[in-house]
Amino acid sequence: MTGKPKARRSEVRYEDRGSLLAPLKNLQFLFRPPVTEPLEPRPAAEIYRGFHLNDWNACIGCGSCQKVCDNAAITMVHVPGAPEDPVKGIRPLRPAIDYGRCCWCALCVDICPTSAIKLSREYVHTCTQEEIDSYFVLPDEHGIHGTPYPLGWTKTPTNDLLDLERQPMPELPPEERVDNFQEMVLGYDDQQAIIEASRCVQCGMCHDACPTHMHAPEYIRAIWRGEPEEAVRWMYRTNPFSQVCGRVCTHRCEAACSIGRRGEPVAIRWLKRYATDRVPHERIKAIAAEGKADYVTGRSVAIVGAGPAGLTAAYDLVKKGHRVVVFEAQPKAGGMTRYGIPYYRLPEEILDREVEVIESLGVEIRYNTRVGRDVTMEALREEFDAVVLAIGLQMGRSTRIPGSEHEDVKRAVDLLREAGEGRALDVPQTAVVIGGGNVAMDIARTMARFQMQKYGEVRITVVALEDFDHFLADPVEVKEAREEGIEILDSRGPREVVIEDGRIKGLVTWRVKSIFDEKGRFAPELDPEDERFHEGEWVVEAIGQMADMSLLGEDLIEQLEWVRGRLQVDEEGRTAVPWLWAAGDDVHGPDVVHAVADGHRVAASIDACLTQLEKTA
Amino acid sequence: MRPENYQARSHPPSHEYELFIGPNHPGIEGNYAFKLRLHGDRVIEGKADAGYLHRGFEKLMEGRLWIQNIALVPRICVPDPVPMEVSYSLAVEELCGLEVPERAQWLRVLQLELSRIAAHLFTFGGHASTTGMYTNMFWGVADRDRILDLFEELSGGRVYHIFNIPGGVRRDVPPGFLGRVAATMDYLESRLPDYDNLFFRNQVLVDRAKGVGVLDQETALELGVTGPNLRATGLAFDVRRDDPYLVYDQLEFDIPTESAGDAYARTLVRRAELVQSIRIVRQVIERLPEIPGPVRAPIPNPLAWKVPAGEAYTRVESSKGELAWYVVSDGGEKPYRVHVRGASMMHAVQVLEHLARGARIEDVAQIMFTLDACPPEVDR
Repeated sequence: MTGKPKARRSEVRYEDRGSLLAPLKNLQFLFRPPVTEPLEPRPAAEIYRGFHLNDWNACIGCGSCQKVCDNAAITMVHVPGAPEDPVKGIRPLRPAIDYGRCCWCALCVDICPTSAIKLSREYVHTCTQEEIDSYFVLPDEHGIHGTPYPLGWTKTPTNDLLDLERQPMPELPPEERVDNFQEMVLGYDDQQAIIEASRCVQCGMCHDACPTHMHAPEYIRAIWRGEPEEAVRWMYRTNPFSQVCGRVCTHRCEAACSIGRRGEPVAIRWLKRYATDRVPHERIKAIAAEGKADYVTGRSVAIVGAGPAGLTAAYDLVKKGHRVVVFEAQPKAGGMTRYGIPYYRLPEEILDREVEVIESLGVEIRYNTRVGRDVTMEALREEFDAVVLAIGLQMGRSTRIPGSEHEDVKRAVDLLREAGEGRALDVPQTAVVIGGGNVAMDIARTMARFQMQKYGEVRITVVALEDFDHFLADPVEVKEAREEGIEILDSRGPREVVIEDGRIKGLVTWRVKSIFDEKGRFAPELDPEDERFHEGEWVVEAIGQMADMSLLGEDLIEQLEWVRGRLQVDEEGRTAVPWLWAAGDDVHGPDVVHAVADGHRVAASIDACLTQLEKTA
Repeated sequence: MRPENYQARSHPPSHEYELFIGPNHPGIEGNYAFKLRLHGDRVIEGKADAGYLHRGFEKLMEGRLWIQNIALVPRICVPDPVPMEVSYSLAVEELCGLEVPERAQWLRVLQLELSRIAAHLFTFGGHASTTGMYTNMFWGVADRDRILDLFEELSGGRVYHIFNIPGGVRRDVPPGFLGRVAATMDYLESRLPDYDNLFFRNQVLVDRAKGVGVLDQETALELGVTGPNLRATGLAFDVRRDDPYLVYDQLEFDIPTESAGDAYARTLVRRAELVQSIRIVRQVIERLPEIPGPVRAPIPNPLAWKVPAGEAYTRVESSKGELAWYVVSDGGEKPYRVHVRGASMMHAVQVLEHLARGARIEDVAQIMFTLDACPPEVDR
């Protein structure tokens, strides 16, 4: 126990003059080393905050150093020849330091998401009058004088300023979800969303990586401020499928996130989901309608297919004042998002709300109207100023292995469509799925739910060509599928569907030695020594889809240009026929967000074209 | 050079004249002017004239993120930057309700006391130079450099350490550091007899400083004097004891006082405080190794950090006196308003003007230095 500090008088006794000879004592200083040290080079301390070093290979040009710099000493400079890859989140920018402003606080080091920037143990930098700009330095790993000074202040776990761990997403446990189609991801609450949003450094890599360039930094910041409505406003500027993308987007943004360089990327998709769930439906409708033209142009556009690409184009065009009619063969809109994605990932009512937002803007959707059967392309051409083909990929591909023509060899897309229409699949007790992508996981997990309901157990095997190091499906999907009792085998090439007495017994696979040949072409090489038999009464093929272009009619197919079976379009989405544009899975990319991006692209092109017509008319 | 706002006084045809000390003067720590009206070598009136150093810290801080200000605050007082960092951090921590780990608190005490030692050594040097004893100035600055070496090793920065951030400190001590601190403390202690002989008991100093710039306790309290200047008038007031912060309530130390209230008493108080600081540092060296834990509480991403609305006034005992930050947050990403109570604000203006009246011209610089007035605290 320590007592309170006491007041006390000083101990210097100035009255004591000492002996007359006392000054002689000072002669001792002749023999003592000087108090002031001689001037000689002295190494800086281990963690000295000297000049900047920057590992250009590790630096991604995210600019977090620039943001945290309290003196605006850092400028991000474009470096010609530096790597650039928006999808991976790499910009050809590197920080240049103005040493007239820098205060050597090293916050840039502490925040750097990649740990690329560090400080050296170099004390002095000076320059002559002639090279006065040498205080503005673009540091690299060699230091500002090219002399090998050791590292000084670097990032350690103690001084790291970033939060590298993501907020955990609450989910239904496997035993509660495997026998029903209830949505398994439960979503963030307010507190979790704000904490997760606070992890963002606003670098904008996500924006660059997103196919439709969503304003992710802005809406994350709005969520962090507790303004989900503002966040939704930012979302609907670029993505009318925000509610859907908040659940099932392939989140390229998160792959590019600079926080993900050392830690877990910001959960951008879940934040989007949080904001759209948080804002009432009527408000979302009002927000989506903001900026809609208060005039009509008198031009009209027909869109074939009410999927994400078609509806995005419709959303953009109707906001520009054009009349838009969408033709949909199915009884409901949504395309593959409705008939391809199981309800446990994307509940039907979310999609219904999303479609309602778009319809509320004045988009007319004619359901159960199949172009080519109920109405011809020629008729559309006559009635409308422009036509957009956005029909998606609805036909499943086949492996064409022996036995694959059997009626119990199914295509994944057909089964998913059936389930999407709300019908229960008549699943057998055992089944084999061929494929290693997300569609394979979707169908396997959908069938698992029906099996659980019907038989109380799951007996599904998924065989994929790829090994687990190069797997196509999302790792989370694989993990969750396994949790639900599905067996997933990698590097298995299908050889034959075994049929006995007209009924399927199972599938024979060989081990895959390699998938591609030396020229990089798809040519799987299988090892007959390693043969396995997988039991299953159904064999489901989930190896890819293709478009059914028969609706175009023969004349149009003749006029259009094709590349390896795919419709050829230019970068604006125009086909070889002047009144026809194409968008979505049938011409580009594999997922919802690419389709949305494509929808915007053709809408912009059509709007420019129609406006041009107006001017010349 | 005359300041632009200078208005020449019309004075009676006596032998009065005007003289400027500063804005650049070796007797002042920083750019600061003191305008004197003299009769012969006797000061009739002195007028403190600030403004040469004005950098607008408080306004600048309103435009910066909470974390960015940690690089700015130590710059308010060059000789004693640690109390600035610590009290600003304490204010933000109070607003956020951040619990600072115990090890960080001990590390802060270590820095605060090292900084106090360095600042006092600097002041001795200054006081000595205003009385013509330059050897002591060289000694003071050279020995202060040994403390700066320690700071360089601990924080990576010699003068501006920028080591305390809201939540704790930025790093733990490097290996073997405490041993080197102990060695430096032993060295400083061994130097005290030399300092006494050269300076504190030097008859030149005693004759020059005794009875000069006498401040009585009542006036001192009226003028808002704190720190060693107040303790030299006999009042043992010290924030460390009377409003303990960090872990000062677990440490043993005394509060040195003197009763004369003159320039000599003020310097003696600082000398005695240096001894007490060495004592505190030794206790920290002894206790620190057994105190576990992180050195920083988790803080949010500094680029997305909102501090809850509220206001905080956090004071610490700096080498100059009571230093405090008054920080107001409106719940935003940046401070709404910041005010620093620099101890020198009172010492360099009211007190200096009061003490200069009737003083001799050669004592003015000495009075200012023994008040340890740091102009950057006035002119923020």
